[in-house]
Amino acid sequence: MNEPLLKVERLAKRFGGIIASDDLNLDIAAGELHAVIGPNGAGKTTLIAQLSGQVRPDGGCIRFADNDITALPMYRRNQLGLARSFQITSLFLDLSAIDNVALAAQAHAGHSFHFWGNARLETELRQAARAALDRVGLSARAELPASALSHGEHRQLELAMALAGRPRMLLLDEPMAGLGPEESARMVAMLRAVKGELTILLVEHDMEAVFALADRITVLVYGRGIASGTPAAIRANEDVRQAYLGEAEATHA
Amino acid sequence: MTPVFNLRSVAIIVLLAALLLLPAYTGLSGNRFLLTLFTRILILALAAVSLNLILGYGGMMSFGHAAYLGIGGYAVGILAHEGVVSGFVQWPVALAVSALFALVIGALSLRTRGVYFIMITLAFAQMAYYVAAGLSRYGGDDGLTIYKRSQFVAPLDLSNKTQFYYVCLALLFAAIYLVWRLTNSRFGMVIQGSRSNDLRMRAIGFPTFRYRLVCFVIAGTLCGLAGALLANHTEYVSPAMMYWTRSGDLIIMVVLGGMASPFGPLIGAAALLVFEEVLSGITEYWQIILGPLLLLVVLFARGGIDGLLKLASRKVPT
Amino acid sequence: MTLFIEQCLNGLQFGLLLFLLAAGLTLVFGIMDLVNLAHGSLYMIGAYFAATFAAWTHSFVLGAILALGATLVVGMAVEVIVMRRLYGRDHLDHVLGTFGLILFFDESVRLIWGAEGLSLPLPSWLNTSVQIFPGFPYSAYRFSIIVVSLAVAALLYVVVMRTRIGMLIRAGASNREMVGALGVNIKLLYTLVFGLGAALAGLAGLMQAPILTVQIGMGESILILAFVVTVIGGIGSIRGAFVAAILVGFIDTLGRSYLPDLMRMLLSKEAAATAAPALSSMLIYLLMAVVLVVKPEGLFSAGGK
Repeated sequence: MNEPLLKVERLAKRFGGIIASDDLNLDIAAGELHAVIGPNGAGKTTLIAQLSGQVRPDGGCIRFADNDITALPMYRRNQLGLARSFQITSLFLDLSAIDNVALAAQAHAGHSFHFWGNARLETELRQAARAALDRVGLSARAELPASALSHGEHRQLELAMALAGRPRMLLLDEPMAGLGPEESARMVAMLRAVKGELTILLVEHDMEAVFALADRITVLVYGRGIASGTPAAIRANEDVRQAYLGEAEATHA
Repeated sequence: MTPVFNLRSVAIIVLLAALLLLPAYTGLSGNRFLLTLFTRILILALAAVSLNLILGYGGMMSFGHAAYLGIGGYAVGILAHEGVVSGFVQWPVALAVSALFALVIGALSLRTRGVYFIMITLAFAQMAYYVAAGLSRYGGDDGLTIYKRSQFVAPLDLSNKTQFYYVCLALLFAAIYLVWRLTNSRFGMVIQGSRSNDLRMRAIGFPTFRYRLVCFVIAGTLCGLAGALLANHTEYVSPAMMYWTRSGDLIIMVVLGGMASPFGPLIGAAALLVFEEVLSGITEYWQIILGPLLLLVVLFARGGIDGLLKLASRKVPT
Repeated sequence: MTLFIEQCLNGLQFGLLLFLLAAGLTLVFGIMDLVNLAHGSLYMIGAYFAATFAAWTHSFVLGAILALGATLVVGMAVEVIVMRRLYGRDHLDHVLGTFGLILFFDESVRLIWGAEGLSLPLPSWLNTSVQIFPGFPYSAYRFSIIVVSLAVAALLYVVVMRTRIGMLIRAGASNREMVGALGVNIKLLYTLVFGLGAALAGLAGLMQAPILTVQIGMGESILILAFVVTVIGGIGSIRGAFVAAILVGFIDTLGRSYLPDLMRMLLSKEAAATAAPALSSMLIYLLMAVVLVVKPEGLFSAGGK
């Protein structure tokens, strides 16, 4: 049996009186698209924050590709191949779209103690950036400052940046946030295209997208995983129905 | 696309030409004061260029940058006092000591952000100030007179005001060019990205701390060079060079001229010092005008003079 | 031994003055997220007003009260005219804008009162000494500074902890957006908080005037110390400002008194003469540097935004 690419054991995190992660366990196999769903306040974004290194857990262990990354700083995890996108768009707004993605590529193209040459003229970086922009459908908007792009385009750019570093695994924090039906469908298609090449942990509220893409789903309630399995199994699970899917179907009109 | 010869580029070319030709003018008209004033402008512009690197491009709001002026200046002053007048020894020492200080201060300060970073850089500058004030052997509070400018090889003679002016001008241009190359390089992209969104930089795989530290050291070293020049220019160093309000003056120059722009600091230094001269001729209370003016720039012309020039140069969209 | 106690009391007194300044600074930063470099200018104005009004009314106390009122008015005017336009902006904008205010105030004071500085003589009933313990006299005026400052600190505690306004202040310090969302008249709250800070600064300025100084530039030198105290204590925390201010007051006063002797014991006379004054001045900055490296949010941070 293969070791899972990402193994989370007994993850614990409290913020004062609020329990964000409660003895959480999670296994994600290589090549899998694993969705994490749950009501608001379930601790999904905190989970991604802990996996990416933005927040230090109070207890538990995170293993990625056989390395214990629990105490590693953010940049180190990314260098090991674990990339993330942000729920609230986090870009370099004063730089152009292609500069944004080129930076993501630059981080994985050796060190940056190069003081003289013009980074914007480096073919390797520019090509990698254009390729990533192509994949997400932003080629036409490459030269514009990121601040000039629409919200939907920001979400695309988020994804392009996460992909440009050629990660082994992607942590996607609500990539559909704020997208209309057409844009969401496009994002789902993009993710489906990318699915084979890397492992994905997808946190999402959009149930259609989740059931269309996920190989396996974990349901999080108050920081604890109450169920984990194939989409069909989750759909049929009584606890899940009560805790979450009932609500979601009502609101997802 | 803005045409090459727009208002902004013409203004900059005129400024550069004026700077190049100034000694000819002062030589002919006998106005020595103007030469002294503009030498000072060039030196402070160099300091402002170094500050712009970390502040304008790097987003590191250091309120202790004037400390490096003092460190570079005192390196020259102390060595001169002890009989070492060779510029070939003084200036490398000034650069080395400035770099070392910047390394230590940066390593400690860059772990903090925002207002904490401002305070800790300010604190370190004040420490430097108090150390200098305590050096009774080297004048303490009263400062130290420098009787002989840095000696190099003939025919270079820094006590010749015109030669000294051109040395400062050459070093300033070299610094502007250096910073321009730096900010467009891979290193510069990391620095700018870090200013824009440091969290994202780390999330995409950059260990930003070490890059910002190197940037901080480069800026401190350049400013130390400005300090060595200033010591030669005024033939005097004192702790007052490092008082925190002098750091404020440098920040004003950078912001007034235009942050994250290659010529901004030069424009800012020139504007501020010329403004000072002109206004103090009108009233001795000219800072009453400068204060609110600064506020207005902050509120309405954040891009500084260079920003205004850029705006004016853009073609009206059809 | 009596000298030691006297120095401790001086340290306490200096610390309490710093607290008055730092409290205003930390409130304004914690609630309005505003970095106000011109806080020292309000301190200076309080001193100048006190010297002037005391001379006009021939009464120290009356002059002080009028000065306090005048500084409050100036503070609120500054808030309405200038600070309102700076809220929500980058900290760099605050730093630059308020630095411009410093230049403006310094020059205005120079224009109105001249470059020389003023003096504020103590009335005879204060210019005496009191017996703190039997056989231990201490300056009555310094003692009254301690008493007044502690009273103000207690009043501040009561207001912040036990009144509705205080509750809004504490809420604002830990979550600014929420307070706005609660429908409170934010503009008025901000003006009052800023005015309070100004009054505290003015009080500190006028109280130290008879024993220290009334001159241009006094604001700049004390401002740094006030910021150091605020940072050590934790931005937004009045309790932190109190603890840090007393700590800084003691370290600075005792350091300046005893460090030179200590250094003379350890080093040569000349080295001690050079190093001692510099090191005494530096102690506080070293303390701040250590605190920032070990606990970057300060000793008692008020919590997130």
